[in-house]
Amino acid sequence: MIYERSRKGRRATAQAPLEQADLSTIPAAMLRDKQASLPEVSEMQVVRHFTQLSQKNFSIDTHFYPLGSCTMKYNPRACNSFASLPGLVSRHPLAPESHSQGFMACLFELQEILKTVTGMHAVSLTPAAGAQGEFAGVAMIRAYHDARNDTARSEILVPDAAHGTNPASAVMCGYETREIPTGADGDIDVEALKSALGPQTAGIMLTNPSTVGVFERRIKEIAELVHAAGGLLYYDGANLNAILGKVRPGDMGFDVIHMNLHKTFSTPHGGGGPGAGPVGVSQRLEPYLPVPMVDFDGSDYLWLTEKERPESMGRLSAFAGNAGVLLRAYVYARLLGKEGMHRVAEFSTLNANYLLKRLMEAGFDAAYPERRASHEFILTLKRQAKELGVNTMDFAKRMLDYGVHAPTTYFPLLVPECLLVEPTETEAKEELDNFVEIMKNIQQEAETQPEMVKQAPHTMPVKRLDDVRAARELDLAWRGEE
Amino acid sequence: MSNTPTDRRYAKSHEWIKDEGDGSFTIGITEHAQELLGDLVFVDLPEVGAQVEAGSDCAVVESVKAASDVYSPASGEVVAINESLDGAPETINEDAYGSGWMFKVKVTDTSGMDELLDAGGYDAMVAEEE
Amino acid sequence: MPFIPHTEEDIQEMLATIGVEHIDALFDEIPEELRCGELNAIPSGISEMELSRLMQARAREDGQPLCFIGAGAYDHHIPAAVWELTTRGEFYTAYTPYQAEASQGTLQLLYEFQSMMTALTGMDVSNASLYDGASALAEAVLMAVRANRKSKSKRILVPRNLHPTYRKVIHTIVRNQQIELVEVGYASGSGEIDRQDLESHSGEDFAALIIPQPNFFGVLESVDELTDWAHANNMLAIAVVNPLAMAVLKPAGEWGEQGADICCGEGQPLGAPLASGGPYFGFLCSTQKLVRQIPGRIIGKTVDMDGKTGYALTLQAREQHIRRSKATSNICTNQGLMVTAATIHMTLMGSEGLQRVAAASHANTEKLTRVLTSLQGVESVFDGAGFHERVVRLPIAAKKVLRALAAHNVLGGFDLSDDYPELGDAILVCATELRTDGDIESYRSKLERVIASQVETPCQLKPDW
Repeated sequence: MIYERSRKGRRATAQAPLEQADLSTIPAAMLRDKQASLPEVSEMQVVRHFTQLSQKNFSIDTHFYPLGSCTMKYNPRACNSFASLPGLVSRHPLAPESHSQGFMACLFELQEILKTVTGMHAVSLTPAAGAQGEFAGVAMIRAYHDARNDTARSEILVPDAAHGTNPASAVMCGYETREIPTGADGDIDVEALKSALGPQTAGIMLTNPSTVGVFERRIKEIAELVHAAGGLLYYDGANLNAILGKVRPGDMGFDVIHMNLHKTFSTPHGGGGPGAGPVGVSQRLEPYLPVPMVDFDGSDYLWLTEKERPESMGRLSAFAGNAGVLLRAYVYARLLGKEGMHRVAEFSTLNANYLLKRLMEAGFDAAYPERRASHEFILTLKRQAKELGVNTMDFAKRMLDYGVHAPTTYFPLLVPECLLVEPTETEAKEELDNFVEIMKNIQQEAETQPEMVKQAPHTMPVKRLDDVRAARELDLAWRGEE
Repeated sequence: MSNTPTDRRYAKSHEWIKDEGDGSFTIGITEHAQELLGDLVFVDLPEVGAQVEAGSDCAVVESVKAASDVYSPASGEVVAINESLDGAPETINEDAYGSGWMFKVKVTDTSGMDELLDAGGYDAMVAEEE
Repeated sequence: MPFIPHTEEDIQEMLATIGVEHIDALFDEIPEELRCGELNAIPSGISEMELSRLMQARAREDGQPLCFIGAGAYDHHIPAAVWELTTRGEFYTAYTPYQAEASQGTLQLLYEFQSMMTALTGMDVSNASLYDGASALAEAVLMAVRANRKSKSKRILVPRNLHPTYRKVIHTIVRNQQIELVEVGYASGSGEIDRQDLESHSGEDFAALIIPQPNFFGVLESVDELTDWAHANNMLAIAVVNPLAMAVLKPAGEWGEQGADICCGEGQPLGAPLASGGPYFGFLCSTQKLVRQIPGRIIGKTVDMDGKTGYALTLQAREQHIRRSKATSNICTNQGLMVTAATIHMTLMGSEGLQRVAAASHANTEKLTRVLTSLQGVESVFDGAGFHERVVRLPIAAKKVLRALAAHNVLGGFDLSDDYPELGDAILVCATELRTDGDIESYRSKLERVIASQVETPCQLKPDW
């Protein structure tokens, strides 16, 4: 705890103005009467403390991190250095267009690249993360229906396997949600969909490949059914990396999509953000895109705001979204180019299918063994949990001892005892082979010394934490020595 | 052996309701429900005086990894809540059918209550779920 | 193949294991008629060397003008150690700390962040961040509507001297939930929230009053009275504050008799570069009573199986991945990396350092205002006490002046004439601790010439600049 290193009167002095300037024009009643309790430490103590904290993390740079649905692939260093160039990193968000042409050129080109890879008619880059993109997308669906006075549509359909953000975003837009079940083969239950569709349907939110790691084969039929009912199709771009350059949401019949640039375009996850969640739309939703957007008139780049786009669904952030993340994604896209885009889908799919095959050969159960894996796949440890009393959480925790970050556990909710594994295209074959060996080892340990596995991890900075105590006896901020 | 009390009735959504004989009914969640949820960390109860409708959500029980709505099995006015659950939600884990009761409702119309299950019917439903 | 490690031999072995001949066979479940061809509209990949030249040229094109714009994003010094540490791979390339045992670094850091934000704002609890200041305020509005059980209305009082874009963002985010935003005007003399207008809503049913400190004009509000007024009328008080200002001003938790209920704002002044508007981070703090209504991630301190202190995500049952359609918000990812920078920034600066930066920014802006208003026809618009921004009115069209100044590499301020036409040719100026006396003089002399060239009878000779 940094506060424990704090000593009254100690501080790093080189960073602040040398003197305390005059505050006498502010009435005394408006001022603080005592200083905020922040740590008082030297610069070296700061550097040492946070360096040591960083060393308690698993990260892509230090560990294999096959966290399904999160796309933990290598984040190229060039993306960070180029986005941090002085003219870009110091540009004020309200600088005039005359001092923004370089920045705006990058954004405009990124818009064009994203249009092409998704097959959508237009793109706005401004949503700050996937969930904000979802909100923007559903709000556009609403704006579209409202503009046509088609206001009885009150319901958004969401598959039971969907990310929790989908129903939460729909509710933020004032919709009710209805769940559509997933069939035994991993595809959506089309019969259930048919019976759910009606004049109340505003739209459906789908991820394809879906969160169970397979491609929704009847997508064209689904699109036709939803459109025939007067609803629109929303594409959750969480798994866009799996199909880059192979099939495009626009061609599948989607009306609106969001992309997670921190997944597909390899911008850093930063310990939980920032992300960026640009949205793309078909022609009929184009007027409603969030602002600001960037336009090019042949010689200059221009901002498009509410003035030029009066039907826009509005603004989502104080400025133009997570610009620095967009620049990193732009750099990544230029380094890859069109050839590299195809390779993202190809090698992430190759790695996933190879790893799945090897794990099945090693005796693990796939949730959808008859299906081709997309860029990720689900194992179910239901058998191990029943026979050995060692569950998915135990496997996941033990994996940390072997120096691998655990895959996503217990998501999607419909597969019991599941592990969602996404190796990504940037991992070498030997890393995948090592993962298979680790899984085999843990299986053996689960058979011979289950208690040891259930107590794992054993080598991390802490053992399993008391989550119940954390929630019952809330301690959310340092309050001095107890 | 089942310990499901026979002095009350059960909703399919895992609530129990007990007639106190004075026009009020006590409501809680079942032993099976608390087991599914695991260690409870928070209980959100309706306010005394609030009107609740049969089948509508009126309380929330929260564990570390789940939050579940509690649906009132009957319509009426909330006349008491179990204030001791605030600060000791684990009471429900320890004694779901007794001191872990959640709220009392003054029921005006008991007609819908015939559809609720008795102890045997509830046990059979739980057995089938598993 | 950039970033792909596979050798030809690897590929063949892997395909053989899978039992297919070509990689393309792995896409056999995608209906043939849907497959796309080459993405020809995307240029071919280029090398890091080529791209370096392109990006440097673009960065140069935008230059590094002398900046006197604030308006929600402020040009402060960021200690060198902040981003040196923040971009360590272990912070930069980790994800949300779902596996707590392998994420203690991020988790402890977030707990320290929460501790520092509560210290700075005087509130009981803090979350681990939201997207930015504007979206944090929208979340605060939604939170107030959920939390205020005394109010049956879904109406919020929004002052007109709140950042205009924040007002637009809240509207975008809450409009579909039947929440009504009712505007309160500002006093034309002081720039503060207009008390008469506010009083006209006394006794009405509103869920909350938004109180900016400082407000968009840089003017300080009488926060004690406003907070008490809100509470007397059964409204929650939502504070929107500049966190740097909190180092010197009365913290939101101490406003009035009971303190603000929710305090949110833009975290950018705490270690985030201007960077064209993002990524920044929004923060949101509240009283203990409202903790279960807070959106976004929260870290709690606990112990492990051996009784050793550790940190974990807590109160997760509020969040979308568990509560789905009934979650407090749809937010999933937050702005973790920016919070990492902010935590290191606050630790390095300490209270003393932040106070000095705040005071220097205040003093510089006062100086800038004095210097600019010494020019004929330039006047200060509001007489209320200010923090580090001021509104000044120009004798000629604001847009023209700003354009002319920009041509000389000075960003002279934010043009208020679109959002506040009633103020005439007014601009909002800011001089942080980074602006020197020389910078201020340079602005003055250029402004003098721009005004002179426009006001006086047209000169036959071209000015020498």
